[in-house]
Amino acid sequence: MKVIIVGGGETLFFLCRNFTARGYQVVIINREKDECIQLSRQLSAMVVCGDGSDAGILKEAGAIGADAILAITPNDQDNLVVCQLASLKFGVPKAIALANDPDNTEIFEKLGVSAFSTTQIVGSLIEQRASLEQILNLLPVGEGRVNVTEIVLGADSPVVGKLLKEINLPENALIAVIIRDNNPMIPRGENDLQEGDRVLLISLPENHGPVLKSLTGEQM
Amino acid sequence: MKNSRYIVVVGCGRLGSHLANCLSRDGNSVVVIDRVEMTLNDLSPDFSGFRINGDATHMAVLKEAKLKNADVLIATTHEDNVNLMVAQVAKKIFHVPHVLARVFDPKREEVYAQLGIDTICPTSVAAGMFLQAVANGGKGQNGTSP
Repeated sequence: MKVIIVGGGETLFFLCRNFTARGYQVVIINREKDECIQLSRQLSAMVVCGDGSDAGILKEAGAIGADAILAITPNDQDNLVVCQLASLKFGVPKAIALANDPDNTEIFEKLGVSAFSTTQIVGSLIEQRASLEQILNLLPVGEGRVNVTEIVLGADSPVVGKLLKEINLPENALIAVIIRDNNPMIPRGENDLQEGDRVLLISLPENHGPVLKSLTGEQM
Repeated sequence: MKNSRYIVVVGCGRLGSHLANCLSRDGNSVVVIDRVEMTLNDLSPDFSGFRINGDATHMAVLKEAKLKNADVLIATTHEDNVNLMVAQVAKKIFHVPHVLARVFDPKREEVYAQLGIDTICPTSVAAGMFLQAVANGGKGQNGTSP
């Protein structure tokens, strides 16, 4: 897998370290000469110094043949143009742009570029974690259209002691895994839920609240 | 003023302010947007349109300019990418019938022509004029002699 990342700063550094550790081939495009020198010393990635929205620079970074491009500069307009050039001119199959302004997520999608907003993701994480202490973990997947939540069942949970088939879960929700005494199992209708069970729940954001409520009994 | 149109000009530099002044003088309703408040002072005293101080890559600013009512949008900032983004947003989201963007980089221009964005590339235009002047061997042509 070959990934081009356009941008700088801590996010780029840790992302790149993560990707190279997984064995991806990473090429970085950054405008600042000093930062490029630093990055090339610290990371095992190719670093191209220049403007990522310049077709010549993208070509130099090997955009032809890249599997994905990630534009994470602090300027939304640059992220948009980088992704559009990469996919239209070089046929990069996956182009993902950071939308610094959360309102731009929707706009980028309308203009044909996949986008994500860290503000939105972090915001919803904090909101959902703070609202319920039983939530151990929450992971938005599919560009935030699906939530994977890990919760622990307390003694006051209305589902403790019930069989899975007796529980009336709202639409679009699934109890995917139950972890009991560190043993994970994929449950069926005949399995029961007990106090202290850790439950891995898959739900859609629109009914996330009601689903959690049905398992924990708490008001969201 | 039979042909009064609602025109939004993004960027109030040398080109933007000149266009805004001319279009306003011709009787159009003009709105000028620029990130830097100072540059809006470059408009001529008889400019009768509106001035908005803000970043045109933010939806709120474009909404404030009532872009959905606009007949024409001209993006003239000195950043190609800002012009390209604003032009696309105007065309695809606010459905402005006529959208023009200044793009300095001829390579970028090609790609956006594919997306149906009308661009004017000063580099290509100037190059074309230079080449024509060279081909004419400097023989008396409009604009070549003072």
